[in-house]
Amino acid sequence: MTATALPDERGHFGVFGGRYVPETLMTALDELLEVYEAAKRDPAFEDEFRYYLGDYVGRPSPLYYAERLTETLGGARIYLKREDLNHTGAHKINNTIGQILLTRRMKKPRVIAETGAGQHGVATATVAARFGLECDVYMGTEDMERQALNVFRMRLMGSRCIGVDAGSRTLKDALNEALRDWATNVRHTHYIIGSVAGPHPFPMMVRDFQSVIGREAREQILEKEGRLPDALVACVGGGSNAIGLFHPFLDDDVRLVGVEGAGHGLDTGLHAATLGLGTPGVLHGAMSYTGQDANGQIQVAHSISAGLDYPGVGPEHSYLKDSGRAEYVSVTDDEALEAFELLSRVEGIIPALESAHAIGHIARIAPEMDRDRVIVLGLSGRGDKDVQQVYGFMDQERMEH
Amino acid sequence: MNRIEETFASLKSADRKALVPYIMAGDPDLETTAALVVELDRRGADLVELGVPFSDPIADGPTIQRAALRALDQGTTLRDVVDTVGSIRERSEIPIVLMTYYNPVLAYGIGDFSRDAAGAGVDGLIVPDLPPEEGAELSVACRRHGLTVVFLVAPTSTTDRIELVNRHTTGFVYCVSLTGVTGARGKLADGVDEFMAQVRSHTDRPLGLGFGISSPEQANEASRLADGVIVGSAIINVMEEHAGKPDLLRLVGEYVASLRAAIDRTGIDGKTPAAAPG
Repeated sequence: MTATALPDERGHFGVFGGRYVPETLMTALDELLEVYEAAKRDPAFEDEFRYYLGDYVGRPSPLYYAERLTETLGGARIYLKREDLNHTGAHKINNTIGQILLTRRMKKPRVIAETGAGQHGVATATVAARFGLECDVYMGTEDMERQALNVFRMRLMGSRCIGVDAGSRTLKDALNEALRDWATNVRHTHYIIGSVAGPHPFPMMVRDFQSVIGREAREQILEKEGRLPDALVACVGGGSNAIGLFHPFLDDDVRLVGVEGAGHGLDTGLHAATLGLGTPGVLHGAMSYTGQDANGQIQVAHSISAGLDYPGVGPEHSYLKDSGRAEYVSVTDDEALEAFELLSRVEGIIPALESAHAIGHIARIAPEMDRDRVIVLGLSGRGDKDVQQVYGFMDQERMEH
Repeated sequence: MNRIEETFASLKSADRKALVPYIMAGDPDLETTAALVVELDRRGADLVELGVPFSDPIADGPTIQRAALRALDQGTTLRDVVDTVGSIRERSEIPIVLMTYYNPVLAYGIGDFSRDAAGAGVDGLIVPDLPPEEGAELSVACRRHGLTVVFLVAPTSTTDRIELVNRHTTGFVYCVSLTGVTGARGKLADGVDEFMAQVRSHTDRPLGLGFGISSPEQANEASRLADGVIVGSAIINVMEEHAGKPDLLRLVGEYVASLRAAIDRTGIDGKTPAAAPG
């Protein structure tokens, strides 16, 4: 079986994936799978999905040749897949459009979501406003502080943002609380999971919705360069923008590189390198690499980027890692901050801190590559949401020096 | 037949219902846990559900989440819980079922865990995030060592799923009384009698009813619908209320005795178990 044919009918990517959830949710997952499979066969759904991605989200997003970044790094030609130019400023809305259309087909009046950086929460609040559905978003209180403006955006669009004070007060705990809400209100609520994580069919379905990124990039690079790229590079928290970019290239001779958050450094224990240093386990409904201790307790992740600050990862990435089809590296908070400044300075594009991790890795590999090589970088989101946080860091550094 | 099946069989022949209290292992510490199990046995429990703390308990409400955090703060591991059951076995033969999320079992190693757990005197497992579809490996290992694996049904389960659970569960069927997570509630969920009747029509196995049962009155109601009544958060609430008191064991024991008395009212009255209260 080729990698593109996965998952199998029970949602397994090799040993990864599956459904590890309370019985209460199993019937809803069956229903979701059924509705999704029916929608996939229905041309009207495809038309509707394309319509909203075009006229509402603003797709296709450009594939932009980053000329000055290329010159500055002095190696491979670098293209940016500009998901930052989507409505709401990140790739997340590709998935929320798809899932809100499914929610309508299931005739459920309420949606819930978890959010880390707030991008998925905003993208869910946006489509809930557009389609007139009730929406509650769970967010760790630590993240609410880091991303106060996104909290306001959600509220402005009529959603409730519910603070989660449990555990690490970040994305992991927001997901726990959203799953509990879903188990309680499953009869009239759809849970719009924001990444390629969670129980089957979410990893497959979210990947399919996000694959528009890779399909467009493939066409665009063929048009601009007349050939496929040598490498794709994207950041990985849960991994939805990376899988969306990678998936249409799985059967091609293209290097796939996922970049995780190395936080303060891999040897400090304060990192989010789930694929790099984690081990297989079950978290949030799927078998996948997980940041855990020897006794199977999930560890708290650390990254400067709230969107990468997660001790789990989508099961398909675990499969791609073990099969060797993709490679996974990591970039520290400091390297990401440098990359954040670099892209802002030489291209006039302020990237999300998540995406800055991918740029941080490009800054390492591009100079080592010949000038006729081509890299496509998934610029998953824009950095407006992070400006205040980065300002705080820089201010602090100035005080310390 | 293992101890769980024996217990349900002998209760049935005596026309009595099982009382199944749940406590979190390691809350407030493992020594107290061992003493509590002995006390629960003495106060009329028929089977004890011993919670294993996990960092991300998605099926649990705030009460059991707090208990898990306290146990984790004590450094409680699955290995410690297994050892504690071993020490309990010097003082009590009450059937013990571990309620654990799947990941600690995976980290321990399914083969090693089932061997060690059976060796220590554990009788079975309930894994709330493991549906039968993903449970084959654990079930095979547990069967080899004589441990039961109890699967759950919920009010949202379809007929097909109830039958699936019936085929895979051993010991009993864990019936989740409500659509939601664990935690005390003001009353039993609406429709629980229809739900139990539906489950009953698809299985001959004993039915345990849990989630949300929070008072002697509710335990009495539940005992009319089920073969076993599982009470967790309400007991942990009592433990929280009396945390640090020297007579904690007695106070928890008295609460459990009140549940026992409430459940036994049905049997003594000789009412038919199927008759739901109005």
